[in-house]
Amino acid sequence: MKIMTITLNGKKQEIGENLTISQFLESLNLHPRRVAVEVNRVIIKRDEFERHPLREGDEIEVLQFVGGGARL
Amino acid sequence: MTQANVSSTNSQIEEEPLKIGDITLHSRLIVGTGKYKSFEETEQALAESGTEMVTVALRRVDFAAEDHLLNHIDPKKYIILPNTAGCYNADDAVRVARLGREVGNSNLVKLEVLADPDTLLPDPVETLKALKILLWEGFKVMTYTSDDPVMAKRLEDEGSTCVMPAGAPIGSGQGILNANNIRIILERARVPIIVDAGVGTATDVSRAFELGCQAVLLNTGIAGAKDPIRMARAMKHAALAGRNAFLAGRIPKKLYATASSPQMDF
Repeated sequence: MKIMTITLNGKKQEIGENLTISQFLESLNLHPRRVAVEVNRVIIKRDEFERHPLREGDEIEVLQFVGGGARL
Repeated sequence: MTQANVSSTNSQIEEEPLKIGDITLHSRLIVGTGKYKSFEETEQALAESGTEMVTVALRRVDFAAEDHLLNHIDPKKYIILPNTAGCYNADDAVRVARLGREVGNSNLVKLEVLADPDTLLPDPVETLKALKILLWEGFKVMTYTSDDPVMAKRLEDEGSTCVMPAGAPIGSGQGILNANNIRIILERARVPIIVDAGVGTATDVSRAFELGCQAVLLNTGIAGAKDPIRMARAMKHAALAGRNAFLAGRIPKKLYATASSPQMDF
């Protein structure tokens, strides 16, 4: 499998080439309904996860809800 | 009094639920989910508080974590209110609100734009700027602000679904420092006013409701207590006590005594 380098939440890492966001989240054991994803600062809607391929050099942010509230 | 009379009396004092946009809430406490010792404690405290709406922050995924907050918050029991906690300018707050909408599938957001990490006071200029953008994008915005009546009115007129003045600085536990400002805000408001921040103990919650606030949002007051679960219960009762006292209408304060038993016909 060919490898490409992306940045995930600020850290560079190598992943398989031509992964979609859905496949990438699955490889991280993340449920797509519980996260929001930005690629190069653009939000990708959940129903596009299966169609959206990741590219060499992409900067990916994966975010989730955490405890916090009134005050962090 | 017969049993039937008791129950009919009770039904008469049941009050209208609180409407926030399209949402109907029977509990008037909104509870934050931060600072608890464990997810189990979070879960128990939320249940004990009787809340129906909990607020959550948005952060990068922690890939090392084995458990997740949402495993402990049943979406059938609680409305999840994403917030923009941790944002210090309008652009960041708008970004976080948009991301929160993706996770939560809801247009509702609690907007909070702070000025600096030392005071954690709201930045009114950046808050107004973010509010305008979010409203343009179709959000329903619950806007956090200081207790300034002028700013509260501006945020309402701009289109906030509700306005959330701080009782005191975030996490300070000082209660409602300027009750007169909250009174002025309440007199002029046509949207729900929700005291957010500053609650230290049960009397602070009661006081907010006695002033006429429609709801209270708190986090540290419960999570930081020695026994958060018992404090959650205290806050629930304080909310009911304060709200009922407000609806009942307190007696005026007088300088001289007024006897409560008849003074004639001994």
